[in-house]
Amino acid sequence: MTNEEVAKDLIRQFGEDVYDFDDPYGMLTLSTTREQIIPILQYLNAHPIYQISFLTTLCGIHYPDDPNPEREFCVVYQLHSLVNNFRIRIKVFLAEADLHIPTATTVYLSANWMERETYDFFGVIFDGHPKLTRILNMEDMDYFPMRKQYPLEDPTREDKIDALFGR
Amino acid sequence: MSTVLDISNKNAAGSDLPAKPEESVQYVNELTTLNLGPTHPATHGIFQNILQMDGEKIVSGEQTIGYIHRAFEKIAERRPFYQITTLTDRMNYCSSPINNFGWHMTVEKLLGVTVPKRAEYIRVIMMELARIADHLICNGILGVDTGAFTGFLYLFEERENIYEIYEEVCGARLTTNMGRIGGMERDLSPEAIRKIRAFIKRFPPIMREFEKLFNRNRIFMDRIIDVGGITAERALNYGFTGPNLRAAGVDYDVRVMNPYSSYQDFEFDIPVGKSGDTYDRFMVRNEEIWQSLRIVEQALENLPEGPYFADAPAYYLPPKKEVYRNMEALIYHFKIVMGEIDAPVGEVYHSVEGGNGELGFYLISDGGRAPYRLHFRRPSFIYYQAYPEMCVGTTLSDAIVIMSSLNVIAGELDS
Repeated sequence: MTNEEVAKDLIRQFGEDVYDFDDPYGMLTLSTTREQIIPILQYLNAHPIYQISFLTTLCGIHYPDDPNPEREFCVVYQLHSLVNNFRIRIKVFLAEADLHIPTATTVYLSANWMERETYDFFGVIFDGHPKLTRILNMEDMDYFPMRKQYPLEDPTREDKIDALFGR
Repeated sequence: MSTVLDISNKNAAGSDLPAKPEESVQYVNELTTLNLGPTHPATHGIFQNILQMDGEKIVSGEQTIGYIHRAFEKIAERRPFYQITTLTDRMNYCSSPINNFGWHMTVEKLLGVTVPKRAEYIRVIMMELARIADHLICNGILGVDTGAFTGFLYLFEERENIYEIYEEVCGARLTTNMGRIGGMERDLSPEAIRKIRAFIKRFPPIMREFEKLFNRNRIFMDRIIDVGGITAERALNYGFTGPNLRAAGVDYDVRVMNPYSSYQDFEFDIPVGKSGDTYDRFMVRNEEIWQSLRIVEQALENLPEGPYFADAPAYYLPPKKEVYRNMEALIYHFKIVMGEIDAPVGEVYHSVEGGNGELGFYLISDGGRAPYRLHFRRPSFIYYQAYPEMCVGTTLSDAIVIMSSLNVIAGELDS
């Protein structure tokens, strides 16, 4: 069970809905659409040989500088097959105007809080989630703090310039 | 003027008592809402559980977390890599060295730095000592929560000894900030080795005594056997890892499945339970303490000679002595501290076996001096979701025991 085998199999199954294959540091990485993410998770979960049935992490990423506005937000699923010791990373890119993605709680119970956390920090809305509320931040917060437009330092300060202290 | 008497309020006996109501008060089966936490002695940290109770029985529960959320993931986006170590300290503060080294290894993986054997062995020794300290706390506290304080007191002294070893190795006790990217900040001193040897010698009888007190203790067994059980399938679906998953019968251990830091060199067993109940979790942790001790012994026995840091001057902070005498070291010191050195572009996931399970670091670097995005996989955060399900149908006192045996660390829960 190698990265190539799984990648070829996924292409056979899902055709053009899986793309951007890569393997940074040996971990198979691919992107898909939000329509196909749950079918892929279910397919990998139910596959008799792969048995990729453990959700390791689920988190969001914000790319405000991406030239393509359709790729401003990203939800990353990292899955693990405990039987074959095989890891796979699946990304779904979303546009800010339409931050909807179906919930993975139908496949993994553990996705519940991870999705709430992603919603809490990035504002991604997981359709069908049993209780999509903030989890770590206060309920009455009106912004999504992990988005890049919210700077960590007080922006009015002039002594702590980015060239010396920032990114 | 005659007095008008209202006789309707008089009962048959003619007294002034109000008339008996037709029907007696209806006792509806009303649920009690009980707040377990945020500051409850049994939560050992700050998080809340709102339980719906029907008398003694728990009908449903809901957790509220985030009381000590410190936005580590956001802070990390502005810090150079070496400054993020101090953030990891404060996640699972019962076993900070594991978090520290897990982070260092993630960065080393990103940079492609190979760490010399000696540094890896020192790391293994410290990580296993940290695991012992973590499990000692968990099992000791489980005793306290069932009303047996003695065991905790016995073990706490040993944790103190482990902290003294930390102190000898890195100068700190709780938030250790141990090691550097590329190795250790200093070699194991003779005093540290002496302390570790002393610990290996002194600890087993005390641990045996603890086990004698608890393992076959009728009261303790009655109290925790078949309490908070979870099946292997359910545990996997809930994202359990570490001792809690192994107690349910799945032998997943990151140290064995994806060996890091030379874990493949050591002989040790993975204890597994069967029913995933509180007793199994307790026993798995006890056995893991013995296995960790075995690893420490082996690592100390076979501690290789050689350098204790990698030859990666651009990333490893040079020893302070060098900085004052050596031009190169001074330049690199300045460059590293001021964040002049850029990391390669890439994304990497690395996980280590933390005290509570798979502790993962998902790091995305865009080539800057700080991560573009850093996500921590905190095992407590993920498996704590299962807590209401494990509690439903049990009593409040069982809920306390289940929470205790899950070893939920508030710092790790909230990050």
